[in-house]
Amino acid sequence: MIAGIVIMSRPGQSAHRVWALARAEGVLLRRNRLALLTALALPAALVYTLKAAPSVAHAGGSRSAGAILLTGLMAFALLFAVYYNLVAALVARREQLVLKRLRTGESTGAEILAGTAAPAIAIAWAQIAVAAVAAVAVFRVAPPASALLVLVALVLGTAVFVLLAAVSTAVTRTVEMAQVTTLPVLMISFASSGLLFPLTLLPEPLRSAAQALPLTPVVDLMRLGLTGTAASGHHLGPGAAVGAASVPVLVLAAWIAAGAWAAQRWFRWEPRR
Amino acid sequence: MLVGMDDMGVITVRDLRRRYGGAGGGGFDAVRGVTFSVRRGELFALLGTNGAGKTSTMEVLEGLAPPAQGAVRVLGRDPYRERARVRRRVGIMLQEAGFAADLTVAETGRMWAGTLSAPRPVAEALELAGLGHRTRVAVRSLSGGERRRLDLAMAILGRPEVLFLDEPTTGLDPEGRHCTWLLIRELLGSGTTVVLTTHYLEEAEELADRLAIMHRGRIVRTGSPAEVAASRPARISFELPQDWREPVPELAGTRASVAGRRVLLQPDDLQPTLTALLGWANSRGLVLGALDARPASLEEAFLAVAASSGEPVNGNEDGEDVAA
Repeated sequence: MIAGIVIMSRPGQSAHRVWALARAEGVLLRRNRLALLTALALPAALVYTLKAAPSVAHAGGSRSAGAILLTGLMAFALLFAVYYNLVAALVARREQLVLKRLRTGESTGAEILAGTAAPAIAIAWAQIAVAAVAAVAVFRVAPPASALLVLVALVLGTAVFVLLAAVSTAVTRTVEMAQVTTLPVLMISFASSGLLFPLTLLPEPLRSAAQALPLTPVVDLMRLGLTGTAASGHHLGPGAAVGAASVPVLVLAAWIAAGAWAAQRWFRWEPRR
Repeated sequence: MLVGMDDMGVITVRDLRRRYGGAGGGGFDAVRGVTFSVRRGELFALLGTNGAGKTSTMEVLEGLAPPAQGAVRVLGRDPYRERARVRRRVGIMLQEAGFAADLTVAETGRMWAGTLSAPRPVAEALELAGLGHRTRVAVRSLSGGERRRLDLAMAILGRPEVLFLDEPTTGLDPEGRHCTWLLIRELLGSGTTVVLTTHYLEEAEELADRLAIMHRGRIVRTGSPAEVAASRPARISFELPQDWREPVPELAGTRASVAGRRVLLQPDDLQPTLTALLGWANSRGLVLGALDARPASLEEAFLAVAASSGEPVNGNEDGEDVAA
């Protein structure tokens, strides 16, 4: 029977499909030049503005000021450029029945999500790259203690917030509602990330809880990767830094697993009727 | 009709049921035990009133939703569980689906082609759908009919063996409808199997090898358009003169009803009944006013179904609805 001869879906075909979807999203992005320019100018402007801020100026030129700034900007890129933007974009695509159409093709749900997320990810990573260049120029940031850990933080952090965005669309009926439904993830992630205040100030059960939230391990990995400093403030050698990275990496892996499961369970491809 | 090319059927549906909402009183049974099969290279049309369960049935065939009960096979496989294997051989045109409004027609086609295993050239698909002259236009500037043609172009882009068309000509002008019919015939001629839903009975009459009329989640008539039409009697109607006393003769295989001067005959066979009636009238020098004789039609079969109440459903609440 001819129907019995079936070619299994190969990774190459999957990448091809994601690329086709991402390329179309890229065309749409280029048509919106103003938004694109704003997104890329923002981090550079922020770095130069913060240089003038008294608290940063006080620590000015120090290695850690640049690292903290860069970590903070990456956190913002993950929260807003990836998470918030993607919730809004996915809900808009769902309301326009574009997701419904994409579901009628050969692409799997994960491929559609990846293709749709591609521009948001590209913008976030470009923002981080711009911020890194600006930070080096302004703050004389030293080369990272472990570039690998920085990269791991970026990739895993992106995966977590893409999946959280997919899950958040389940409670977001309209694009306008995204402003409200994204608040819990945005606020809790940021408040407990260690960027606002050192987590060492928290009493024990809360501190462990904060470590388990999605943004905290990204910030920990960034600090380890950029400065080789643990959350406690101790400076670690390169070997110890990789060892200390295992806990945040595992936490992020757990978020990815949970996010993938929840997205599969609750993601809606069509508006509610 | 192509018979016997594939006895198993390219599509088989057995006792399909779909339910929205939970079990119990709050839910709604959209499809209540539907069985049919579609042979290779034939066009099978699903007709029915709004809410009859056509789209709900299509969604299961397309692999977009699992059946609540029953078994569905497309090209020998479960379209929902074996989605990846079935999809590459299937084209789907939904009743309603969206486009990214800022992409051009050609960009939209290129994006879609990039997600398919063995697409035909984008320009060819657009040409076939009658959009060859609109490739550089943004989708947001297309008319409703042109968007429908773009829907069709996307559905045929992957050279599907099986094509699902959910109301493909709704919103098209007569010329657009005719073009779509020509394309569908061409695809049928090249061996494509088509399942189509439509509100237009002439569309089913024109294209379908076989059809099923659905009503309230069930198939109530099925067969070729001629067979389904023949399930209804023909109609002869006329008026008798004011002072006419003699009753209309009994004619074999004919139901007669009289309302004042107006007489309606519903013969199983139109010609012999009509011959006998006219012979009777001629022999009496009688002129039948407003004489009208017409064969059984699909439309009549359809309207008869639409006007009927649903057959009672076991333990269900809407079995007693009165005919409209």
